[in-house]
Amino acid sequence: MTQEIKFLQGNEACLEGALKAGARFYAGYPITPSSEIAEMASQRLPAIGGVFIQMEDELGSMAALVGASMAGAKAFTATSGPGFSLMQENLGLAIMTEAPCVVINVQRSGPSTGLATKPAQADVMQARWGTHGDHAIITLCPTSVQECYDLMIYAFNFSERFRTPVIFLSDEIVGHMREKVVLRDDIPVVDRAFPQCEPNQYKPYKAGDDKVPPMAYFGSEFIFHASSSMHDETGYPNNTSQNADKVIRRLYEKIYDHRDEISITKEFETEDADVLFISFGAAARSAREAVKMLRSGSIKAGLLQINTIWPFPDEKVKRLALRAKVVLVPEMNLGQIINEVIKFSCGTPVFGINKVDSTIITPLEIVNKAKEVLQNA
Amino acid sequence: MPKNIFDYIIEDRLPFFWCEGCGNGIILKSIAQAFADLELEPKNIVVVTGIGCWGKADDYLSTNSLHVTHGRALAAATGVKAVNPNLKVVALMGDGDGVTIGGNHFIHAARRNMDITAIISNNFNYGMTGGQYSGTTPEPSFTATSRYGSVEPPFDICALAKAAGAPYVARATVYHVNLLERYIKNAIQKKGFSVVDVINICPTYYGRFNKLKSPVEMMSWLRDNSTMKLEDGNIYNNRFAIGEFVNEDKLDFSTKYAQLQNNARKLSVQLEQDLSGK
Repeated sequence: MTQEIKFLQGNEACLEGALKAGARFYAGYPITPSSEIAEMASQRLPAIGGVFIQMEDELGSMAALVGASMAGAKAFTATSGPGFSLMQENLGLAIMTEAPCVVINVQRSGPSTGLATKPAQADVMQARWGTHGDHAIITLCPTSVQECYDLMIYAFNFSERFRTPVIFLSDEIVGHMREKVVLRDDIPVVDRAFPQCEPNQYKPYKAGDDKVPPMAYFGSEFIFHASSSMHDETGYPNNTSQNADKVIRRLYEKIYDHRDEISITKEFETEDADVLFISFGAAARSAREAVKMLRSGSIKAGLLQINTIWPFPDEKVKRLALRAKVVLVPEMNLGQIINEVIKFSCGTPVFGINKVDSTIITPLEIVNKAKEVLQNA
Repeated sequence: MPKNIFDYIIEDRLPFFWCEGCGNGIILKSIAQAFADLELEPKNIVVVTGIGCWGKADDYLSTNSLHVTHGRALAAATGVKAVNPNLKVVALMGDGDGVTIGGNHFIHAARRNMDITAIISNNFNYGMTGGQYSGTTPEPSFTATSRYGSVEPPFDICALAKAAGAPYVARATVYHVNLLERYIKNAIQKKGFSVVDVINICPTYYGRFNKLKSPVEMMSWLRDNSTMKLEDGNIYNNRFAIGEFVNEDKLDFSTKYAQLQNNARKLSVQLEQDLSGK
């Protein structure tokens, strides 16, 4: 099978990946630097029988995704910081009702409306904990245009497989750069599991061993209740403490029990690395270049690139950090993912390389910091 | 073929949890009656609710339902309807849900003309949280957060819906049950965004704070102060204009979007060629 090769922006590749994954519904509110995704979705979705709707705000956009998901569509939206903040409310709704959907956040510089057109990687913890209450979340981070395409397919697959919203945490650099991308066909597309019982036996929140309940859709023979409020397997309210404990733990475990299936990382020259970089998104690109520069100067450097930042790949970090002399974490914020790294660094010293002036961390800045740290080590 | 209210209301879940004298049961019965009269299949109905006393209505229904966050029922309903226009989508909201925290979604669902029926149980206060004032509380009412009398004018839900473009807008009260059933049935049958503003009684809070101490007193208040003659612009101040204010036909979002999809299929090929400079 011939696979199409294109020269695309990261944002455009996100849309291509979404369509390949079977997305048929988009609800959103325009915001820089994500608007290309909405514009392309408005053009492409109706032509293939899908629906694009520009909602009145991001609160409504996220609520509409949940409705669309329950009606059977693979649904997604794209936004940036200020919009992502508004989406937190109904991101929780999607978690609680177990509505598969994908939320793209093309990160920009904050706080608040901040520097609207400039990049940052400062929504790492918001992606993890932005919506209230105990919950688990899956968050994927692309470092290239190709990964925008590939990981969007995985984002939809994970959302369908685990009946959960998945956050696609891009950034302005990856979103707006152009690179070659292969619109590959070799990533299998996953669809939500449809109930196999008799319609009158269906309980929308009764899960099997994998803790993920099969999902019907509105209008099918399987009539169901979905609820934002505490409910039991039937979807109707159940306010006992035993039930609350069971539900909250299952929502958490259905993701954390499957973290091996969800975790995507890439390693570059880590086998013998004295200097281990751990990074994600745009910063990981510079780190990868820094590895080459240091290696050419006979410093053994390597990179662990984290594509699935939530759940955090703690075992992998432990294993690699144990072997390294120092760990450096470049990220375009004042220190977010570094706190996770420190938890699992097994005593190896960890240093941040942080930048919040809305420009990218350069490979040279990373190289210089690595040399400085090595000298003092 | 379903034909009575217990094809939609789960008898085993009764009695309702609402306070004695609350009119929500009357509204829910009217809705179930409309479903039965129209012989709608429960599997083709999606009831979307928000948060509040009335937001618990879906607990008693055997149709599909989606119980969402406070104020977002219409936004979630928009997603359901956009994906499957064949579903009968009914949003149940209180005055807080519908036109206060959810006001933005309300006017835009009306503007967009989504084929959704919004049935607002309007009891002039937030009953679930203890009787605080809402966006429809008459001025100057006494509530848990307006002990000196509220100084904010209320929204007239029907005027708001009409201005925002809804093709069906009506108001009834829980006292005028025949009218209520008829309007709800008309609203559900309307292709397009339909609104029924149902003046409801909250003896527990609004009544108690405002010298209407019993359900009977509140029902009498509705009976004595409702009129079908009052012009638009009334704002609930002890005069309730009831009736059908708008009943017109215009193309709903899904009908127009289906046409757009047809056009897009043809045009996208051309657009793609234009963009690539071929």
